[in-house]
Amino acid sequence: MAYFLIIISAILVNNIVFTQFLGICPFIGVSKKIDTAIGMGAAVIFVLILSTIVTYLINLLLVKFQLEFLQTIVFILVIAALVQMVEIILKKISPSLYQALGVFLPLITTNCCILGVAILVAQGNYKTFGAEAGLLTGTIFAFATAVGFALALVLFAGIREQLSMVKLPKGMEGSPIALIVAGLLAIAFMGFSGIV
Amino acid sequence: MNNLKIFLNGLIKENPTFVMLLGMCPTLGTTTSAINGMGMGLATAFVLICSNVVIAALKNLIPDKVHIPVYIVIIATFVTIIQMCIEAYMPALYESLGLFIPLIVVNCIVLGRAEAFAAKNNVWSSFLDGAGSGLGFTFGLTLLGLVRELLGTGKAFSLTLFPENYGILIFVLAPGAFLALGYLIAIFNKLNTKQ
Repeated sequence: MAYFLIIISAILVNNIVFTQFLGICPFIGVSKKIDTAIGMGAAVIFVLILSTIVTYLINLLLVKFQLEFLQTIVFILVIAALVQMVEIILKKISPSLYQALGVFLPLITTNCCILGVAILVAQGNYKTFGAEAGLLTGTIFAFATAVGFALALVLFAGIREQLSMVKLPKGMEGSPIALIVAGLLAIAFMGFSGIV
Repeated sequence: MNNLKIFLNGLIKENPTFVMLLGMCPTLGTTTSAINGMGMGLATAFVLICSNVVIAALKNLIPDKVHIPVYIVIIATFVTIIQMCIEAYMPALYESLGLFIPLIVVNCIVLGRAEAFAAKNNVWSSFLDGAGSGLGFTFGLTLLGLVRELLGTGKAFSLTLFPENYGILIFVLAPGAFLALGYLIAIFNKLNTKQ
């Protein structure tokens, strides 16, 4: 039950884009078409789960040797290396998946939701609803967060596709109207607050 | 004259917040009040100036193949330094900025300026470029924080201008960040096209 609540909370109630403000750059940058939004969303789900598991284990080492102050440096390097590795491995074993996700992988290193979730999980600083904040809980949280990101991205891309056919005042074209649409979506997501 | 141009380029012409749209996550996440926005902006400016200077000084020593990881380590070092300083001397600010301080590492402005400017120019102009972009970012965040604080709670830098009951609460909450920034950029675009 606690796991179910974690998933609902991370996808809808505390959506990473609309309430936590993480991962806004790709959210604004790669949301012009639904296809690319789905590709980016899938890539984020994949990398976020992997990076959360790896950084969680590495953090145990850091804590053991009392090197917590190195957390930021170590995490960002691990994530950058991991993304590179995933890219190389995907290219070898699954060229079709690489074709679909390849372009988005380098962009993910600077996606703050990856580092953000890694730090949150390592510190146990997220809503667990009674479950113990360990590796399994952290992984489920990471998965649900990534799904929430993908959901927000695809929803937003759908609206922007329609929006591109609308005539707008000149100053509003491009990013301003995108941000205002995101604001309205965030109001819609506020409706979920309180369900868990 | 040239120095002034480099400085003003980051501050106005390529303003990170309103023109380049870089570093959106801290821009939206930390601007619930003008003070918070300013604190975040200054922390980023510190990292930006230091990393720009160090990278410009070391640019001939860094092998080309691994330059991105090296830049990231340099940036992460300064982020850790500023994180410890804020935690030690400004615990209240540390509390309200929270996760966004370590996330300066992945702020696109810092790596962007390192790659686009500091890797090609000398130390002094890199310093000016970092200062310009950093202050431009601070300006953007402070302005957005001020607008949100004023509309949401009727205060400016914690000084009450009108009673809180008349404020539009949504501007302090998450959606207001998107709305306020959207309209501010629209106003900026309008002013730019007029010139």
